[in-house]
Amino acid sequence: MLISCPYCGPRDVSEFTYQGDATRTRPDPASADAAAWHEYVYERSNEAGPHREFWQHAGGCRAHVVVIRNTVTHEISSVAPARGDRI
Amino acid sequence: MAEYSALSLLKNALSANRDWKPAWRKPEPKPAYDVVIIGGGGHGLSTAWYLAKEHGITNVAVLEKGYLGSGNIGRNTTIIRSNYLLPENTRFYEHSMKLWENLSHELNYNVMFSQRGVLNLAHTPSQLDDFARRGNAMRHEGIDAELIVGAAAVGRLVPGLDVSGSARFPIIGGLLQPRAGTARHDAVAWGYARAADRRGVDMIENCEVTGFLREGDRIVGVSTTRGEIRAGKVAVAVAGSTGRVMKLAGIERLPIESHVLQAFVSEALKPVLHTVVTFGAGHLYASQSDKGGLVFGGDIDGYNSYAQRGNLPVVEEVASEFVAMFPGFSRVRLLRSWGGIMDMSMDGSPIITTGPLPGMYLNCGWCYGGFKATPASGYCFAHTIARDEQHPLSAAFTLDRFQRGILIDEKGQGATPRLH
Repeated sequence: MLISCPYCGPRDVSEFTYQGDATRTRPDPASADAAAWHEYVYERSNEAGPHREFWQHAGGCRAHVVVIRNTVTHEISSVAPARGDRI
Repeated sequence: MAEYSALSLLKNALSANRDWKPAWRKPEPKPAYDVVIIGGGGHGLSTAWYLAKEHGITNVAVLEKGYLGSGNIGRNTTIIRSNYLLPENTRFYEHSMKLWENLSHELNYNVMFSQRGVLNLAHTPSQLDDFARRGNAMRHEGIDAELIVGAAAVGRLVPGLDVSGSARFPIIGGLLQPRAGTARHDAVAWGYARAADRRGVDMIENCEVTGFLREGDRIVGVSTTRGEIRAGKVAVAVAGSTGRVMKLAGIERLPIESHVLQAFVSEALKPVLHTVVTFGAGHLYASQSDKGGLVFGGDIDGYNSYAQRGNLPVVEEVASEFVAMFPGFSRVRLLRSWGGIMDMSMDGSPIITTGPLPGMYLNCGWCYGGFKATPASGYCFAHTIARDEQHPLSAAFTLDRFQRGILIDEKGQGATPRLH
């Protein structure tokens, strides 16, 4: 699998660290809403098909990126800087 | 269908093996069953067998999208063990071990269960301390465990292993479970299928579930590529496909991620590795099949996947760990590698439960340890289906444990879908 880092170009997947589902929204850290935290920490939509996910180019420029990758074919349709996204 | 025996082998040998009958029927699906089990893999088939044997429920169909045993039951590295730390796990997996010990007799089918032992290697003193703790926890539950101290003792157990001080990660000991071992994985699927079929369970192959039939909130059957089938109870045991199947029932989110795990087999060698060995400085487990191939695997690839194939970095990592352990294997050629889809739960422990909808039963979250659990998973799931309650051995494996904060976190490292 090759991931095209927006800064470094196409690089082997071994340079990247997977950071999981990017569709989740973290509750306000001050929130004590157990249901919202449960949803964020444990529940996943686990899509078969296009999946929005975080990767970090840990073995390169160290940028965090948002990748849209098909979980059935491993085909990557988009890689963008994770600016503005919160993990 | 005749009982398999030495006499039947002899009789069929005399007639040049022309008269063997298929091990199970290929029936057309009936319009309705008491129980429909989705998933003709190890867990679905063992559930069907224990429903028939323990609960007398035989008006059952097992629906399989492909052919029986075409999923993870035929893709694993066949290791069976009960060397866990937490009592919820040790009790469940030890019950599974006891079922394994009598399985060939129970099913009248040779599953080639081989209690060749599983040895976990320790490379640091703290790791050996941790193994001593886990071994003591096992013995406390009546399970066999032996702490092996010193590289020389390990070397006597497993010739070929690099036990020298100059190894990349020198070995200082290990934890051995002598009763652990391996089984012939396909035979497990075939044995359960044949045994359940003989009690009247229908095996419906090439039958993909495309939706659920509902009356109000209640699930009352399934629509399939072979027509609608109504059922008093619908049980789901589809491992890595859990997310996909549950979405058909409108369950959009679960504490599960699907990940790809690769496994490998080398060319056949003469007997060289007589036990199962696991590497403690990385993640690798290896044994030698009766056919001679070295069967081994390591970590999941680490990203969500429904593709039954992985990428090269894991191949490289696993191979380098194997060679670090056994330098003598460095020129052995890899014969095949493949991938299976694992239903990774958030605490590394499984889910066996009623629901989440009325009329439905769910069995999932086996991560990459589902094979050894096959008998106990079916045994407990059948109990849950038959009686609408948890079996005491699987009482902790609920779906709501994540909400209630009572995780079964064997590694003690918190919520992640990357645990064992």
